[in-house]
Amino acid sequence: MSEADATAGAPGAGLMEASPFAIPAKKLAMWLFIIADAMTFAAILIAYGFLRNSTPNWPAPFKFNPSIINVMLMTFILISSSLTMLIAIRAAQAGDKSRGLTWILVTALGGAIFALLHIREWLGMIGEGVRLFSNPWGTGLFGAGFFSVTGLHLLHVIGGVIALVVVGLRYRGGRYRADDIEVVGLYWHFVDIVWMFVVPLVYLLSIQR
Amino acid sequence: MNVARKQSGGLTTDVIVYLVLLAMAGLQIIVAYGSSAGGEGLAARMLVIAFAQATIAVLFFMHLRWEKRTLVISIAVITLFVLAAMQYGWSDSFRLLNGVPFAHLR
Repeated sequence: MSEADATAGAPGAGLMEASPFAIPAKKLAMWLFIIADAMTFAAILIAYGFLRNSTPNWPAPFKFNPSIINVMLMTFILISSSLTMLIAIRAAQAGDKSRGLTWILVTALGGAIFALLHIREWLGMIGEGVRLFSNPWGTGLFGAGFFSVTGLHLLHVIGGVIALVVVGLRYRGGRYRADDIEVVGLYWHFVDIVWMFVVPLVYLLSIQR
Repeated sequence: MNVARKQSGGLTTDVIVYLVLLAMAGLQIIVAYGSSAGGEGLAARMLVIAFAQATIAVLFFMHLRWEKRTLVISIAVITLFVLAAMQYGWSDSFRLLNGVPFAHLR
């Protein structure tokens, strides 16, 4: 049932126009949030790029092993978790609650593994002497830029994992519907898309040769 | 019933898109290691791949391809306009490095 149908019998329904976007309000709200969040990430990535471009001694510390291999693994896990999210949405839309929850939890597990690998990467960098305003290789801005960009993304992943588990369990309990799974799925795909920009800008432009 | 739901391809489409995205992620690594350090246009080449990946993911994974055109246009116009407007400062980053805007191109 569309939103227009749902409001057809409500008082004053004849005065209300159907949404020009033909999507549920919560899905539209998620799209608006994603647009706003995209601007946040764009701003921080452009600021990072600006600093990197204007700083002559920007470090290039990322070795193929372990850093880039770790990034490749993280990318594989994140893109794969987008696929499992799609499977969860399809299962939920088919009314298969058990299968829907299973795939949501698989997606959340992928996100959790991604976060752990990311924290391992951070610990490796910290172990090599990278701090917010200093590092052994070059400008001290590198640490601030690296931890800011990847940290903001990591926060989104952790938030997404929590959201997936909460929405999944409430869907299983009958409180949420398939539409809600689809909405949280939009967020999860967005987190995936942001990573596609973080990898080249932060890691691949600073590989050790 | 959501209109997008009825038309959003099938699992086969999802798997194909997933494999394409993985291949493009691999391509980024190849491009990064295939270019010399600070190679001309390396950042641009990798960003082109990233934008292509993002477009595919938005259209197929986020199902924007099957949404109503008014939503697609609204999202695209707002997002692309603001993203484009954010690019105005790049020349200044070259000024900081070289003393004058676009000095690297001279």
